[in-house]
Parts: sequence; structure tokens; C-alpha cells
Amino acid sequence: MAGTAVRGRLTWQTATVGRVTRETASAVTLSLSVPDWPGHRAGQHVDIRLTADDGYQAERAYSIASAPGEPLAITVERLDDGEVSPYLTEEARPGDQLEVRGPIGGYFVWEAETGGPLLLAAGGSGVVPLRAILRYRSLAGSSVPVRLLYSSRSWEDVIYSTELDMPAYGVEVIHTLTRSQPPKWHGYARRVDRQMLTEVAWPAADRPLAYVCGPTSFVESVAAGLVGLGYPAGRVKTERFGATGQ
Amino acid sequence: MSPVSRGFHRKREAAPADRVPPGQYVTRDFPVLSAGPTPHTALDRWSFSITGGREPKSWTWDEFRALPTEKLTTDIHCVTRWSKLDTTWQGVSLDVLLAAVEYESRYALAFSDGGYTTNMPVADLLGGKAWVAFNYEGAPLGAEHGGPARLLVPHLYFWKSAKWVRGLRLRDTDEPGFWENYGYHIYGDPWREQRYAGD
Repeated sequence: MAGTAVRGRLTWQTATVGRVTRETASAVTLSLSVPDWPGHRAGQHVDIRLTADDGYQAERAYSIASAPGEPLAITVERLDDGEVSPYLTEEARPGDQLEVRGPIGGYFVWEAETGGPLLLAAGGSGVVPLRAILRYRSLAGSSVPVRLLYSSRSWEDVIYSTELDMPAYGVEVIHTLTRSQPPKWHGYARRVDRQMLTEVAWPAADRPLAYVCGPTSFVESVAAGLVGLGYPAGRVKTERFGATGQ
Repeated sequence: MSPVSRGFHRKREAAPADRVPPGQYVTRDFPVLSAGPTPHTALDRWSFSITGGREPKSWTWDEFRALPTEKLTTDIHCVTRWSKLDTTWQGVSLDVLLAAVEYESRYALAFSDGGYTTNMPVADLLGGKAWVAFNYEGAPLGAEHGGPARLLVPHLYFWKSAKWVRGLRLRDTDEPGFWENYGYHIYGDPWREQRYAGD
């Protein structure tokens, strides 16, 4: 397979926190200024390392939220029992320093030449690498048709809601709100199921490419559902979190 | 020298340094990581094969399950930084499987349903260090965790413990597998923190 190996050693670099954008009550986007950032591709992630004043260090991986060509940004969702995400979402301010290493990962990546149509399926903060793909599609001038199926608990939990309200031409955003819905909500109001995928996903005959990112239960059911609709397993790329223990 | 991240403090208890490799933290969960949909192979169509030796060797599920098994308790370490301590498994030792084959190869590429591959030296599969595991915590291994059977090579990062494993290709060179082709370390020793190529 065509590897996109990370060339040479990935070294830790000092990053300075720039803009801090609160996306939801629990999610924050941090732009990170890294002097020698080598650039990244849409869908990759970075390792983040924090150092306490007593020398204690903690590392975690986070998906990159910005498109290739844009300054590096990550969106982090707070996990209450986490060690790194509460710091990044509650404490970090412009000018603070941390370390980054990356970019990492070459499989859950979309290039404009890869084409589509694209089915993007996000559960919760699984939307982050898919947002990088959407922004990159626009910056690259791609006209590949895209459908983003985005499952959130409630409207207040939708990350990038303003941006996703004004999708680029050729991009459709379909929300499902699994726990509570605003008044007069006409969209989906349940977990993604086979029926929803039948209604939203491109037919397998269109040779779509799917990127599925979210918690394990979400990824398992969506990926299995797409295979059931005739998507070849090799056309369904998955990224699961919970695994990174953010 | 790492810069101090203002206002960051340790929240977790220090992990025992003799149990938990550098950069890892202990979790009680059993997170799932895989690059694609979970394959489901019926046991009557399952086999485990070893190729690249003098003669290819293959076991059906029933033949595989008739082999002697071992129960073990071990720690596992994922490159995404979680470690899970005292996990219990049952499986067939690779010592048993490889003893059925004549070979001189020094390297192996494990392959799985779904197309996943991962590479390692044969020496890392011998000497009571590796198993094809089918039970986890006393119950059949769930599909999302690699069932019906996964490779278990706990002294290497857990991506080397290929889920849904279906066999080994023995070879003379250490050719990279799936994640190794995407920049992960060719060997993956957690105690030397060999996460990515060049580490």
C-alpha cells in the first residue's frame, strides 16, 4: 500500500497558544503557533505534551481541526476524569506554551485527488478531523460532493455549528440529536441506524468513500451499517476515540 | 528542555514505573482502535495458516482449538498511551504453532481479516512471548477486540497484537505492515518508547 510514512524523526516542538475559541460548553479550539510546523494533511492528528513546574509530563493525541495550509489548530473536548483535556479546555490561554509532535497518521486522511463522493460520519467530537477535511475541500477548490452526518447529544453540543450552518456548495450537513432537541426540530432525533444510513449515505453504486469518527459504539454501528449497504470495507475508514483517553 | 505549561499540574497518581512504560497512563477501560469496519468471519470458514516455511501449514478452528492452550495474565500498552494492567487471556502459544513448521526465516508478517498486517521478528514470537488468543477475561474474545482470535504480543505496543489474525507469512526481511507503513515504528518496544519511525 502507498505509505505516507513520517520521514525521519518526529521531534517535540514548542507551540504557543494563539486564539482560544469556545465551541461548546465542553469543547475548545486552540490555534497553536509552531515555528517549524512541517504542514499536515486533512485527517491527521498531533501529540500534545504538557509539562508541570515540577517536571511532570503528560502526553495525549488530538485530531487536527484546521485544513492543510491553515495554521495548526486542535479542538479538544473536556473529559472530566482526564488530565490533559481539562487543562486545554479550561486553563490554556493565549501565550501559554506546550509541546507538539506531528503530524501523525496517514490512513484516515483525505486528499483532493482522492475524489468522492464523500460520506463523513461524526459522533460528538469525532467531527474534528472531518471538519479539517471540509475546510481543506473548500481551500483546495474541490467540488467533490460531501454529506456529513453528525450525531450530537443536543444542539448545544454541536461543535462548529455556525460554520456547519453555512456549508460550501456541494456539502450537505445532516444532524441527528440523540438526547434532546430544540423546539420545532425537524431533523433526526435518534442514534444513527440502518434506516438513517439508507436515507443519508450515498448509494454504494456511486463508489463513495466514507470517513467515520467518534466513540467506539458509534463507529462500530455506522461502519457495520455501511458495509451492510454494500460499501466495501476498504472504502470505510474509521477513527475511534475513547482510545486516546483524552 | 520542555517549557512549563503554566497552570498544568499532575492529576493522576504516579504510575508504577516498573509496570507502566514511559509516556503511558493506566486505564481500566479497554479502548478499541482499528482503521476500518469490524470483520465477522464464521468459525467454519476461519483458519490460521503459516506460509513461507518449507511447507505451508494451516489449522481449521476445530484443529486450532484442539491444540494445547495457556492462560496468562499480562499488561498491555497501546501506542495511543493507555496501558491496561493484569489482563487475562487464553490462547495457543506461537511456540506451539511455529513448531509445526520448518523454516529459516527471521521475520514474520501477521495478516488479518480486513487486510490488516503487522511485522515483527520471529524471535519475538518465540520463547513464551506471543499467543493467538481467543479468550479474554474468561469469555470468548469479542469481535471489536479482535475475536474470534487475535495475536497477543504484549511486550510490544498493542498494534502488533493483530486483531482478527488469520496467519503469519514468514519472510527473510522485516517488511513493514499497515501502521508501520504509515510512520509507526518498525519494532515498537514500549519500554524504549518506539512509537514512530525514528524514535
